[in-house]
Amino acid sequence: MATRKTIEPFWWTLFSVGGVVAAFLVPVHLFVHGLAAPLGWIPLGHGSLLALVTQPLVKVYLFVLIALPLYHWAHRFRFILEDVGLHGFRTPIAILSYGAAVLGTVATLWVLWRI
Amino acid sequence: MTAPQPRRPGLYYPTLPATWWLRRPSYFKFMMRELSSVFVAIFLVVLLVQVRRIGQGPEAYAAVLQTLRAPGWILFHVVALGFAIFHSVTWFNLTGVVQVVRVGERQVPPRLVAGASFAAWGAVSLVLLWFFVRG
Amino acid sequence: MTEETITLEVTRYRPGHDTEPRTQAFTVPYVKDWVVLDALNHIKDRLDGTLSYRWSCRMGVCGSCGMMVNGVPKLTCAAFLRDYGPGPIRIEPLANFPVVRDLVVALDDFMEKLRAVKPWIIREVEKPIAEGEYLQTPAQLDAFKQFSMCINCMLCYAACPVYGLQPAFVGPAAIALAHRYNLDSRDEGYRLRNDVIHDAVGVWECTFVGECTVVCPKGVDPAAAIQRSKVAGAKEWFLSMVMPWGGKS
Repeated sequence: MATRKTIEPFWWTLFSVGGVVAAFLVPVHLFVHGLAAPLGWIPLGHGSLLALVTQPLVKVYLFVLIALPLYHWAHRFRFILEDVGLHGFRTPIAILSYGAAVLGTVATLWVLWRI
Repeated sequence: MTAPQPRRPGLYYPTLPATWWLRRPSYFKFMMRELSSVFVAIFLVVLLVQVRRIGQGPEAYAAVLQTLRAPGWILFHVVALGFAIFHSVTWFNLTGVVQVVRVGERQVPPRLVAGASFAAWGAVSLVLLWFFVRG
Repeated sequence: MTEETITLEVTRYRPGHDTEPRTQAFTVPYVKDWVVLDALNHIKDRLDGTLSYRWSCRMGVCGSCGMMVNGVPKLTCAAFLRDYGPGPIRIEPLANFPVVRDLVVALDDFMEKLRAVKPWIIREVEKPIAEGEYLQTPAQLDAFKQFSMCINCMLCYAACPVYGLQPAFVGPAAIALAHRYNLDSRDEGYRLRNDVIHDAVGVWECTFVGECTVVCPKGVDPAAAIQRSKVAGAKEWFLSMVMPWGGKS
């Protein structure tokens, strides 16, 4: 059956889930951690942040927030390259893109494990 | 599956240039939508670095915040925020198209599905913002 | 009284003579209720009988007269000259298809894909005539009716950059029609069609640009059909991983 012949549905599902996570969560976190915290608009003390990120549930949340949208990026990035004419290199592009997302996932797990 | 058609002599086979997406506003908006994923990914890597620094102590975290105060990083985050919001808006607008939501036998109009998604996004964002402001 | 005129810049291509298409300008009367097809017919009748193009019903139901009008795929029987005034108007053959002559493109690729998705009711066992018609509720009809409005005009293929870059892509109309039959309560041919549309060059090539839906003259919304097919295909893929022995096949 064709659905088993190709692995595309797997990557597309990860892309979709990552896209939902990014759509719901990234804008507010981007505002808080990219602008508000560095510019001092919202006081985020190190002590309270450390207490937060050591909690298991928060680690799960951070894993979902950081790792899953990487697959969303990988899938879109792969197709951007194909859509600008690099379709002939689709296999190496796919390996590089999804590989980078996997590396990012491993890095995320490692950082969260080590806190 | 269909086999590709063999080329016939005499016919003119046009090629689509790699700059096709610059030809129409709708194509350009599509490419910007796809590009938004790059900015989101870069931000998430930066966020991961911040999380790591939190785990490495107050001086490490203060140092990374100091780095992020640089005009270049602020500019990046402003642009990235714009792209992230563009992703969210385009994503929720298309939710009703991709996933058919049924109540009984009738299909919920895609616009209602989109509206509900936007409302949920607003609620989640406000809850998270309140959580961080509260400290 | 001098007649108002408008210029049409029309692609010309003679197989065996030309290596590349060129443009020829024609000046036609700027009649307020003419469509581009009327202007082309005027050119062929009065100015240059060698101009070749397809047309038939001239009322938007046959799907024959699709061409690029100022770079946008349109049915020329539905493109009013007054919407393009004062001109000039660029008329080119439908994009992403091989050009046979002038404004005529080769349709073989699409016809092959249309045949491949089996756009007809498939039953494991045909219901005998004596047992009467298949019954359908209005809700069952609503489920697929929109996708049945396709007139095979191929404007969606001309608008799709994925098809332009990768001709193996099954494409909007073929997938929309497969989806139409998959959703039809009378049909049992889902698995046969999915061999085509859930192939790597089926729905998974689509990056949801959405232009196919924008240019469709019949409101089919092929982009929606493709995305919904992706959802169905993904569910089936995961189920087949979990239950490799398969459900009903």
